[in-house]
Amino acid sequence: MTEYRQSRRDFIRLAGAAAASVLPVSLVELAFGQEGQSFTFAHISDAHIQHIKGTQFVRNWDRGLIRAVAEANMLTPQPDFVIFGGDLAQLGNREELDHGAEMLSRLKYKTYHVMGEHDYYLDLGEYWSKLFGPHYHSFDHKGVHFVVLNSILTTDEWTHRRWPTAQQRMLEMAGLDNPNGSPFMVGASQREWLQKDLDKVGKATPVVVFSHSPIQKIYKGWNFWTDDAEEVQAMLKPFQKATVVYGHVHQIQYSQIGNIAFHAVMATAWPWPYPQSYAQAKPSFPKITVPMNRADPFFERDATGWQFIDVKTGRVTMEYNLYNNKNRVVSFNPTTGRPEDREFQSPAKRIPPQVHY
Amino acid sequence: MATKILTTTIAALVVFAVVIALVVRADEFTKKDQERWEKEYMSVVEKGRQLWTSPELGTNGVACAQCHPNAANTHPETYPKFQQQLGRVIALRDMINWCIQQPLEGKSLALDDPKMVAMEAYIMYERRGVALAPGKH
Repeated sequence: MTEYRQSRRDFIRLAGAAAASVLPVSLVELAFGQEGQSFTFAHISDAHIQHIKGTQFVRNWDRGLIRAVAEANMLTPQPDFVIFGGDLAQLGNREELDHGAEMLSRLKYKTYHVMGEHDYYLDLGEYWSKLFGPHYHSFDHKGVHFVVLNSILTTDEWTHRRWPTAQQRMLEMAGLDNPNGSPFMVGASQREWLQKDLDKVGKATPVVVFSHSPIQKIYKGWNFWTDDAEEVQAMLKPFQKATVVYGHVHQIQYSQIGNIAFHAVMATAWPWPYPQSYAQAKPSFPKITVPMNRADPFFERDATGWQFIDVKTGRVTMEYNLYNNKNRVVSFNPTTGRPEDREFQSPAKRIPPQVHY
Repeated sequence: MATKILTTTIAALVVFAVVIALVVRADEFTKKDQERWEKEYMSVVEKGRQLWTSPELGTNGVACAQCHPNAANTHPETYPKFQQQLGRVIALRDMINWCIQQPLEGKSLALDDPKMVAMEAYIMYERRGVALAPGKH
């Protein structure tokens, strides 16, 4: 805890020197067992780089990613690596992926990439793979087993047979609220790979899974959803400490299902409303989430942000550092066995901007 | 001659008015009428949905639906309201124009533009069932 506080002070000092009090990245600190094994990593997600024409891109979204990368490079202590959580592009084309990759190439750290649906559905991840590597894989780092899943797959019929062109397929999946879309899934062959991968890991080893979509069912209408979530959760069940960190939802979410803690990260591009604010939806929303503040559109980067995460006990403590808002800390409470907001969890502590309607 | 034409015209108009009055009464309409009117309304809602998801509304390809899926987080029931960032009371359509100008980098619409009416119709339709709360922040 002391080291964490120290590093946090250093970080804030450096960030302050850069005239920025908040960063749209996640810094993750992991400290399992031995002191020497403590390390941090950063998490940046959902940049949605959007091509207009020629060399023109949507300025707003560019600024979000540029800021994240620049500020991640100032982190102290330096993170061991960076996770990019998916949706680097808006419509999956080379211009967007190249432009995004060029911006991310300025990161001083090794970067692991998660596939988002906006990266995938034009060419089924072919060009993305040339730039960033395999669609799913795992790696071990200082005593932690990390899994990167491609959770945005869907049925073969939808993917290969329903649409006359790849461009139309991409556009249909790019619309969050498009009824022509299709539920995300990890899929049978990747689940088979995951089972084999996890079989090799000791059950006392902390496991952290990165996915783009939540590996849980929140609201199908906006694909805050993974169709085979239960199957993947069952594979994580034998582990004493399992955490899923996901993008896609562009908002603060956290929940606990059995032994698995779930944490969403912010987007660098724009925020999304909570499903409960759609009057025609009847979502089953995780009840322990205290929402982020309602976005103020007059502040371009409001309701985007970054998170500081430490997992000293094998569970995530996530500090959300938010543009134009007060920071939030969500940590695992061993007494209640679930992630809770340190300040706002009690209904009596909630503030008016957290009310969404 | 002129008087005769005038008399004939007036007589014809009176007959026409009586016939119309027998056929159409302002306070009477059928289920079929209601269905037709609703269909007319829904065609405008559909037009609004098209504009909402269109990359053509602004100049940078950004669509309203990118930030507002199903027009959520637009709070139409709270307008007109004091828009604290602007320091005055505005209507929903003023805020639609603000979004067209800023995130969409486009040109604002005339307040009575059929496109504006269509977008309002769509926003309201997605928000149906929610109680009016004018002035609520």
